[in-house]
Amino acid sequence: MPPATRTRLERALLAVCFCTLALYPWLYSNYLSTTLTQWLPDTSTAFVILAFTVMGLGLNFVVGYAGLLDLGYVAFFAAGAYVAGWLASEQFANAGSVVFGGTVLPKTPGIHLSPWLVLLAAALFSALLGVVIGVPTLRLRGDYLAIVTLGFGEIIPQFVRNGDNLGGFNLTNGAFGMNGIDGLGFGNTVHHAIHTLPSNFLNELDSRWYYWTALALVVVTIVTSLLLRDSRLGRAWIAIREDEDAAAAMGVPLMRTKTLSYAIGAFFGGAAGAMITLQAGATSPDAFSLQVSIFVLCMVILGGIGNVWGVTLGGILLAYVNYKGLFAAGNTFNSTFGTNVDISQYAYLIYGVAIVLFMLVRPEGLIPSARRRAELVEEPEEENVGAEASPA
Amino acid sequence: MTAELLVDARAIRKEFGGLVACNDIDFTVERGAIVSLIGPNGAGKTTFFNMLTGAYTPTSGEIVFDGRDIVGLPQHKITALGIGRTFQNIRLFGAMTALENVLVGMHSRLRSGLFRSLARTPLQRREEKDGRAQARELLAYCGLSPRAEQQYARHLAYGDQRRVEVARALATNPKLLLLDEPTAGMNPKETIAFVDFVRKAREERGLTVLLIEHDMRVVVEVSERVTVLDYGEKIAEGTPDEVTADERVRSAYLGTKPVS
Repeated sequence: MPPATRTRLERALLAVCFCTLALYPWLYSNYLSTTLTQWLPDTSTAFVILAFTVMGLGLNFVVGYAGLLDLGYVAFFAAGAYVAGWLASEQFANAGSVVFGGTVLPKTPGIHLSPWLVLLAAALFSALLGVVIGVPTLRLRGDYLAIVTLGFGEIIPQFVRNGDNLGGFNLTNGAFGMNGIDGLGFGNTVHHAIHTLPSNFLNELDSRWYYWTALALVVVTIVTSLLLRDSRLGRAWIAIREDEDAAAAMGVPLMRTKTLSYAIGAFFGGAAGAMITLQAGATSPDAFSLQVSIFVLCMVILGGIGNVWGVTLGGILLAYVNYKGLFAAGNTFNSTFGTNVDISQYAYLIYGVAIVLFMLVRPEGLIPSARRRAELVEEPEEENVGAEASPA
Repeated sequence: MTAELLVDARAIRKEFGGLVACNDIDFTVERGAIVSLIGPNGAGKTTFFNMLTGAYTPTSGEIVFDGRDIVGLPQHKITALGIGRTFQNIRLFGAMTALENVLVGMHSRLRSGLFRSLARTPLQRREEKDGRAQARELLAYCGLSPRAEQQYARHLAYGDQRRVEVARALATNPKLLLLDEPTAGMNPKETIAFVDFVRKAREERGLTVLLIEHDMRVVVEVSERVTVLDYGEKIAEGTPDEVTADERVRSAYLGTKPVS
């Protein structure tokens, strides 16, 4: 049976999870760090985990809902990262000084917009890129689409690598990437609004704020997913995933609907990319490898394709393993057995084995969507349903 | 013979590489009629359907539907103009419920897009509510029990899947309903009931019906006009009696023995 309304238990569980996540920076510094430091991510690492979870949720629009296999999602990470670089660093110092709500001092060379605007701009630019890539490619189906998106996932970093001399214009700083990117903060806007507050109040924000911003982004992405899933648009996506020809014959405009899923996925990918870049303060083409696309795709698959909660869990788990768990396990292993093995070297081997095992044991993912379960698990046919009513 | 034409297809031709699947076929359907398209397997019937719905673009020729040339229009626009169809092998959205399948059929009639859905505007909520009510009505109209509405289409019994497919096609609010072998897999009793249903739906919903059918009893029983295709050519056209009496039709399709 299809998902009914959430039970009270599920609501309570959600509330507890959310509160724990929201309080994590505080819990970590006050209670957890003493006993579990080795196994738990600090606030900055937890931020990265959540930012990648946003990417997983973004890709879920494309792969999970519309059923379009995208192997080049890293392109949108790159787009978001470079928009952050362009709008919040000294990259365009030649253009003079444009400071608007940024965290830097007035008259700093280059463009320095408010990081919140940068996030929005990155997301919108990335969505636009999604449309530009989507319009020619989304006519393809299945494996063909996967291969072309794989190509775009490689083209974008190559473009970035060679973008330091576009007819004499340095757009991307080439292989060096961009450095000195501003961080999150309100600049002097808070002080301007309320003069009694000190001039550096919330000017630049610490890691907890990055974490909370990422958590807010996770929540926004989840809510967007749920609202769209239960709408005309969400139904059209699933119909396309199920049977593209039948969907077209029922009046679903294929190109527009697919492009929209691609653009929305790109929107969140770009936002997450910009977040990560604002925190790191730098970005370079090396960050945009195929592995990132595969990594994000694994979150969707392991979590449960098409299920928002599954993908959230899959994203948090996989990113945790990648950024903390594996490292911690390696340390424990080494200190226990007195060895000196660098487990993170074998990360992709371990992921590969994990995925194969998962496909064998639980192909529907950690928390499968009810639809997905319907696809993979055959219920006994109920021959009698509707049989007493007159035939069509 | 003076009634207005809903479909007026002239010299429709479709080639797949060297194969001519439809060879300059002229074909008309009067508004409000029930017309059958028959012919042996591979005669080009489904190809013809696919050109009517825009899934294929004809190599040459023109198709005027309800006064508009529809050749080259994308499928969803043709559906919105009023052509609904079912498929030869049932093609429901398996992991969607019966109700959701019908709601997808309403896609071009509903208006809420990205922003209205995100904002859950009153308009969007009313549209969803009304849409669901209409979808339920349609499913009931096609004979699906209310219990089956919330089941995944994949899990429905065969007969129910057929019902949902017809309901989904009706949900596009068609002027012309294309049924591709709708009685395949039905027992004689179900077939009779289906024939009655088609007649009833035509009257009550002002439909024009074009069906591909292999069961000659159904064809003779329900249709007012019959067109016979063979190897991509139109070999006969007329009332069921005329067609079944036609010498070429008999040899090509019905065999040499007269049908009772």
